[in-house]
Amino acid sequence: MAPLIVCEDLWKIYRVGDVEVQALRGINLTIDRGEFVAVMGTSGSGKSTLMNILGCLDQPTRGRYELDGLDVATAKPDLLAELRNRQIGFVFQSFNLIPRTSALENAQLPLFYRGLSIKEQRKQAAAALQRVGLAGREQHYPTQLSGGQQQRVAIARALVGAPSILFADEPTGNLDTASSREIMSILEELNRQDGITIILVTHESDIAAYASRELVMKDGRITQDVRRAPHLTVVQ
Amino acid sequence: MPAFILLTVMTALRILSRNRLRAGLTMLGIVIGVGAVIAMVSIGQGARAAVQAQVASMGTNVIIIMPGSTTVSGVRGGQGGAVTLTVGDAADLKKRSPLLSDTGWAKRDVMQIVNGNRNWNGPVNGISPSYLTIRDWSFTGGGPFTQTDLESAARVALIGQTTLENLFDPGEEAIGATIRIKNVPFQVVGVLAPKGQSAQGSDQDDVIFIPFTTAERKVFGSQFLGSVGALFASTERSADLPEAVDQIREVLRARHRLQGEQADDFTIRTQVDIGKVQESTSQTLTVMLFAIASVSLLVGGIGIMNILLVSVTERTREIGVRMAVGAKRLHILMQFLIEAVTLSLFGGVIGVVVGIVGARLTTVIAGWPTIISLDAIVSAFVFSLGVGLFFGLYPANKAARLNPIEALRYE
Repeated sequence: MAPLIVCEDLWKIYRVGDVEVQALRGINLTIDRGEFVAVMGTSGSGKSTLMNILGCLDQPTRGRYELDGLDVATAKPDLLAELRNRQIGFVFQSFNLIPRTSALENAQLPLFYRGLSIKEQRKQAAAALQRVGLAGREQHYPTQLSGGQQQRVAIARALVGAPSILFADEPTGNLDTASSREIMSILEELNRQDGITIILVTHESDIAAYASRELVMKDGRITQDVRRAPHLTVVQ
Repeated sequence: MPAFILLTVMTALRILSRNRLRAGLTMLGIVIGVGAVIAMVSIGQGARAAVQAQVASMGTNVIIIMPGSTTVSGVRGGQGGAVTLTVGDAADLKKRSPLLSDTGWAKRDVMQIVNGNRNWNGPVNGISPSYLTIRDWSFTGGGPFTQTDLESAARVALIGQTTLENLFDPGEEAIGATIRIKNVPFQVVGVLAPKGQSAQGSDQDDVIFIPFTTAERKVFGSQFLGSVGALFASTERSADLPEAVDQIREVLRARHRLQGEQADDFTIRTQVDIGKVQESTSQTLTVMLFAIASVSLLVGGIGIMNILLVSVTERTREIGVRMAVGAKRLHILMQFLIEAVTLSLFGGVIGVVVGIVGARLTTVIAGWPTIISLDAIVSAFVFSLGVGLFFGLYPANKAARLNPIEALRYE
């Protein structure tokens, strides 16, 4: 099967006043379906920029990026939105739930933009919440949930549309150890059982250990690309 | 798409209800604007209906011919200053102008009227019986006098409601009673139904009608027999009025032997002309209304735009999240436009209620007639919708053009 993500000589250059910042300098990367990739690196290494581009939130200055055979590098904003809606799920460090809106409605959001009927949206969102262990908390507001629960709502929102890739940007950065473990095991399960490709940005090596492939970035380049047996398998 | 719009409206309502005070203050401009317009239009239409009723009280398709001014050695008399119209003119008009269904004449003077120990100073009109039909006078008691009364100069009188109230005690029978006009005894044969104020503002019910011949021979002591104060005519159809006016002018100019260049020695006015004066007054009112409405809707619109700009800034992160899960620019644009329109339409609804209450209060407190106009309500809605769309567009577009990455990072 063709790889899910193919990047060739990907560059991202910002201009801040007169200064030119090269955030990505020629990234070459191929990710297959079902991979669990951890992207590591210090801040400023370009890992967030890479994730934004891979997640179709941003576009490269030059280079080629194909997602599922589709040229994303030059796609129009509406096509990018469509891709984010159908192919991609995001989990952020700060959860980014919509405030004063119930867990169910937060989880419904991607389906809302797909134009499904309200009934169908609710049904699928409720199933997604159940999947992350939040059955019975559909009507809770984010402020009534713990950090771990909020992140689980965010995961439910990311997976409700049955995406092929899930991007997790420091998903455990704001969580305690126990909650972190819960979140990671949910991600791991999604990867194993549903075959969802997961791209995880982190700077914690014990979180990165859940992944089966580790990329290390430095100064806008990938300096290491290691495949290995994931952590849980090792423990077992 | 219907699910999208429905949910967006629900979201908009929830967001607005969360900030009730803010939403209320934002809507205030629209509320005041729409309320003022509804109230003013209601008052304006009420006034207009009253005026139309006054114009209609003149009769139907009435033409009034007044004597013109005369010039004596370069000194011009005012309108009606000359004694140029006669009973003969009226008779001739009826014969020679086929469009006229009837002609009548009247002459008036203010006289002292006495009934027993009560007296009243009011206008006494010597009229032809046809005058009553042209002017659409009806009776609450008794009836009109006849052609025979006119020919025999009978001493009979018809009295208006105001005159009745001033000359007779309440409940006192007026029909058959004898009143004295300038010491001449008259028998009251009819009491006229009230007509109210005229288009010029005078009380049409303060009146006494007596046969024209009786008036000029026994009461007024006219210098020139047969001269009248004004001629009246009517046509079958209102569309015939302009042509009838031309015919009258032609006949009268011929009768008065006016040469080509000479000015008319009479003035012809129709009911339509009198209505037009009122029309132009109400047009001025409409222009003023429009100005008030524009200003307050503009202010209201700016309020909406301002609050939406604040809202877009406050909810930058939310916008980022929505974009990340697949909202297109159009979705974001629609969301904020729908919020703007919801605000302005709500303002419109409250404004309509305020306007209707205001109009009703005006009727109750000031006693002015008001008519709640459906047109005004509908256009108020359309305008509020327009204001919401127009002033919502800029903030909504600003939201839709946010960069998702920057929006997600926004603190």
